[in-house]
Amino acid sequence: MTNSQTRATTWHEIVLATLKDNDVKLIVYVPDRVFTPLIKALHADKFFTTFAATREEEALGIISGAWMGGLRGAVLMQTSGFGTIPNALASLVVPCQIPALIFVSERGTLGEFNLGQALVYKTMRPVLNSLAVENVTITRQDELAFTVDRSIKQAVATQAPVTFILSPLLTGGKVFEG
Amino acid sequence: MSAKATGVIGAHNAKVMNRFDLTKRLVAQLKDEAVIGGIGNANFDLWASGQRAQNFYMLGSMGLAIPIALGVAIAQPKRHVIALEGEGSVLMQLGCLATVAERAPQNLTIVIWDNGIYQITGGQPSATAAAADLVAIARGAGIANSAWAADEPDFDRLAASALKGEGPSLIAARIDNKPAVATTDRDPVQIRERFMRGLGVRNQGSGLNNQ
Repeated sequence: MTNSQTRATTWHEIVLATLKDNDVKLIVYVPDRVFTPLIKALHADKFFTTFAATREEEALGIISGAWMGGLRGAVLMQTSGFGTIPNALASLVVPCQIPALIFVSERGTLGEFNLGQALVYKTMRPVLNSLAVENVTITRQDELAFTVDRSIKQAVATQAPVTFILSPLLTGGKVFEG
Repeated sequence: MSAKATGVIGAHNAKVMNRFDLTKRLVAQLKDEAVIGGIGNANFDLWASGQRAQNFYMLGSMGLAIPIALGVAIAQPKRHVIALEGEGSVLMQLGCLATVAERAPQNLTIVIWDNGIYQITGGQPSATAAAADLVAIARGAGIANSAWAADEPDFDRLAASALKGEGPSLIAARIDNKPAVATTDRDPVQIRERFMRGLGVRNQGSGLNNQ
């Protein structure tokens, strides 16, 4: 564990520090309420180039190009956005063996109020598993740095994408506010 | 069906040219530029024009040539990057034009081959055959340096200007419905690996990446 990881005290500080420790410099996201503190911190840190794409598959295309050009990148999205990317996974990322780092804010479970999110949630792991895309669900902050750090290293070493599903147990999730 | 939209952009005045001819004209101007060939005929004719190590040939992920090119352009700001796309692919992912305008990479050029049909699937009409004007859309998205190529010499001139690196820029060309002259070999890993070596990302001879 590095200095920057041990100084981090919240889930989003740990994710940011672990990305930095692994030289992941390009962050392309489609906005998500739960990821807002992470996205704000990434924008504020000049180590990262951080911007929004208009669609999740576009974000995957951008970081795929960046990786082929020698720059590591990650995409951030919410669960419903995952529904837009199976074609980009199956016809670009997986067959080209691109170590895309995909962070998904998990919606659709543990108190979901939106049926649409709940249904996409049910498709996410079956899609990832049928494509043999590594996916890890993170529920505990004490396992976060180790899981993300080791999984990024494995993705790069084995030239394979990885999906980090950040559970509401870790992030607090999003609750109905009336 | 309405006539093709007219207006200040002038798509209606552009000559109908040939994709393979224009691809060869573009490639003849290149040195170490990266080229992303969009799915289908755009990358088939790129393949037929000569297999440069700096070319990436898409075999799926329709619509992602421009996003992939944007990623390469961000990763390698000193290298010019060109995306070649058919109009059907661009119509599928119009939002990326706004993203390109927002990022405004100096080293990115987008080339659109517009024949008004989904040629590879049987020639069904695309929206540009009726009214949509992709140069007007690109300008509206914020890519001010967007133009229709009036004829072959104009295409050569626009490409030479774009490659000077004051982009992002977009060149659209009306093309005929002739099929591509060859078909790209379908080996995604080999294509990706050769492209990375062509971009100087890999250590020659090393089995694993040096990233």
